[in-house]
Amino acid sequence: MSLYVLAKEKLTGFVEALQPNFRVVGPVRTQHGYAFDDITDAAQLELIYPTTILPPKKYFLPQRETLFKFHTDSDEQGSRRMKMEPVFQDVQPTVIFGVHTCDMNGILLYDRMFETGYQDEHYIARREQTYVIGVECLSPCDDASFCKDMGTLTAPPVYDLHITEVDGLYLVDTGSEKGEQLLLKYAEVKMATTEDIRQLGQSLSSKWPRFRHRLKMGKDQLPSLLTINYGANTWDELGAKCLACGSCTSVCPTCFCFDVQDEVDISMEDGERFRQWDSCQLYEFALVAGGHNFRDSKASRIRHRFMRKAKYNQQVHGLIGCTGCGRCERACLAHIAIPTTLNALYEETQIDAGR
Amino acid sequence: MVEVFEDAAVSEAAYVEEVMPSIYLPTVAKIIKVRTETEMEKVFTVRLPGGRPLGHAPGQFVMVSLPGIGEAPISVMSSPSRTHETFELCIRRVGNLTNSLHKLLPGDDIGIRGPFARGFPMDVFKKKDVIVAAGGLGLAPARSFIDEILDNRDDYGRLIVLYGARNPSEILFRDELRKWRMRDDIDLLVTVDRPDESWVGHIGVITRLFPRVEINPAKAMAVTIGPPIMYRFVTVELLGKGLSPDQIWMSFERRMKCGVGKCGHCQVNYRYSCQEGPSWTYAEALAFEEAL
Ligand SMILES: Cc1cc2nc3c(=O)[nH]c(=O)nc-3n(C[C@H](O)[C@H](O)[C@H](O)COP(=O)(O)OP(=O)(O)OC[C@H]3O[C@@H](n4cnc5c(N)ncnc54)[C@H](O)[C@@H]3O)c2cc1C
Ligand code: SF4
Ligand code: SF4
Ligand code: FES
Repeated sequence: MSLYVLAKEKLTGFVEALQPNFRVVGPVRTQHGYAFDDITDAAQLELIYPTTILPPKKYFLPQRETLFKFHTDSDEQGSRRMKMEPVFQDVQPTVIFGVHTCDMNGILLYDRMFETGYQDEHYIARREQTYVIGVECLSPCDDASFCKDMGTLTAPPVYDLHITEVDGLYLVDTGSEKGEQLLLKYAEVKMATTEDIRQLGQSLSSKWPRFRHRLKMGKDQLPSLLTINYGANTWDELGAKCLACGSCTSVCPTCFCFDVQDEVDISMEDGERFRQWDSCQLYEFALVAGGHNFRDSKASRIRHRFMRKAKYNQQVHGLIGCTGCGRCERACLAHIAIPTTLNALYEETQIDAGR
Repeated sequence: MVEVFEDAAVSEAAYVEEVMPSIYLPTVAKIIKVRTETEMEKVFTVRLPGGRPLGHAPGQFVMVSLPGIGEAPISVMSSPSRTHETFELCIRRVGNLTNSLHKLLPGDDIGIRGPFARGFPMDVFKKKDVIVAAGGLGLAPARSFIDEILDNRDDYGRLIVLYGARNPSEILFRDELRKWRMRDDIDLLVTVDRPDESWVGHIGVITRLFPRVEINPAKAMAVTIGPPIMYRFVTVELLGKGLSPDQIWMSFERRMKCGVGKCGHCQVNYRYSCQEGPSWTYAEALAFEEAL
């Protein structure tokens, strides 16, 4: 849309102006690394930071979310009665600052997922009330990331505002009408000049050499690579290492599976049904009545995860299911890494093909 | 708390106006009748508010809820042709939710979402000889399909129903089976794995019934519903009769939490069973590595 200039020292002013009217969140330094959290003091906000522990998905799909509250009791005849009222938890005007380009690609997949087919009103209600302020990645933020390979090193069209630092200035691109209004209302900005635009272009194109490739193949080759390797021994090898802890899926910006459960209070009459993040790496995930489990072994479950990341999401949503953020590699106690595995599969396949 | 409106389209509208909708919110329906089928299964007759029709296809399911206990997918047992103000569910008690459901009585409220999934496309079966192979509880969803054919009898060719139960006491819908046996437009064969003294019928697993049926594969279509293990053997029999994989429909059991293609539990490779299933042709199933 349009490009504006925000002087670097005016960023705090922007945040402070938003705070009375919005929940303002962004990457902040914690004991264990950076995490998206509430910005209580505008000076806390840092726009240059290594990958956060969790992606911003928690603001769109909370770790645990109430879907509805209920009340059950008996009428005069002793018949069971129920009342239910939907809950739209954490629906509030929220501004998320400093979302990396990989994480914006995660949001893109979330939008596809929750807004196509049956509409997930809970997701949509929160999404509509949220402003995404992206930040352009000009240098690699983490050793484990492979965003360049996954094509997530450019901002997808999910942002309301997108900030690129150029020569001590912030150039702010507006991605939506509501983003532009937010900027003009709460920040002190100028229109960008032709020179600013030229500099932005230069800065964006010169960033590429700074990022390395970790994959030996292009992302478009992944679906067929995985198709060929459905029966590979790799899955058994990974299955033997995997602890089935589910950390990889909790930290993943594109994982969205959930479990649904009920909870009642002590009176046994009032309670809520909630959903919470679930993981296809856990044994119970595909267990059905009668005790049959469709993904019995760790090997079959880890294969399912890789298939979802690099093939199935592409088939269903037209988007690759991995943003290359590298979080799963960092979180995994068994040191299972997506690039290492994909490269090994690729090399074996090359050998097979050459035989 | 929002009042729950028992009746009439007007109050439904008011309800929608008062709160935002949620795909996860069940409709409060009422149990009209409960019938004990066997030691494990009960049949529940359910009425939606205002007697509004469910609008399902054979093979579809609803998510059944008891707030505080949980929710599970249950196939609609009654056929669309016999589902007007009420519909039927046959529920086997196997765990928390289903045990609690078995304690419900007529007049009690029950939560319903759906119908979901794809069901069996009836048009595909029209003018064809139809073979139904049902194992155990699979006869419940199969009944929706069978009754739909019986009520539109002229649209279809022969109807052959093969049913296998583990033992005589687990046989479902005895009255119905008796009626079917009397009709000359339906061929019914029932077998049990483990007979008792009273049993005079066929003995053995369901595949043992296949040698007894003659089918013209050129004009046949099959539907098979039962425990996961059954599919492998039944498809072998059907293929042996000359049917091709796209003439065989099956219904897949998967864990389901949302019913609307979001929670991921029911995935069969890249497809969501709650949306595009649970009925698939064997040809489709062959294309999924995880199907059978
Ligand atoms: C499409 C479909 C149609 C079905 N139709 C019928 C039917 O007509 N009648 C009938 O009695 N049953 C039917 N079922 C099976 C029924 O959903 C399960 O028996 C029920 O979920 C068990 O719930 P529970 O809380 O009583 O058991 P639990 O206490 O949860 O546990 C018992 C067992 O059920 C498994 N389980 C838990 N949740 C699910 C779930 N959502 N889906 C499958 N298994 C689960 C557990 O892993 C465990 O092995 C159907 C299932 C599917 C997928
Ligand atoms: S699979 Fe791993 S690298 Fe890919 S998006 Fe998920 S957490 Fe990031
Ligand atoms: S984090 Fe590692 S060990 Fe844990 S489930 Fe994922 S792959 Fe397995
Ligand atoms: S039941 Fe949730 S995706 Fe199918």
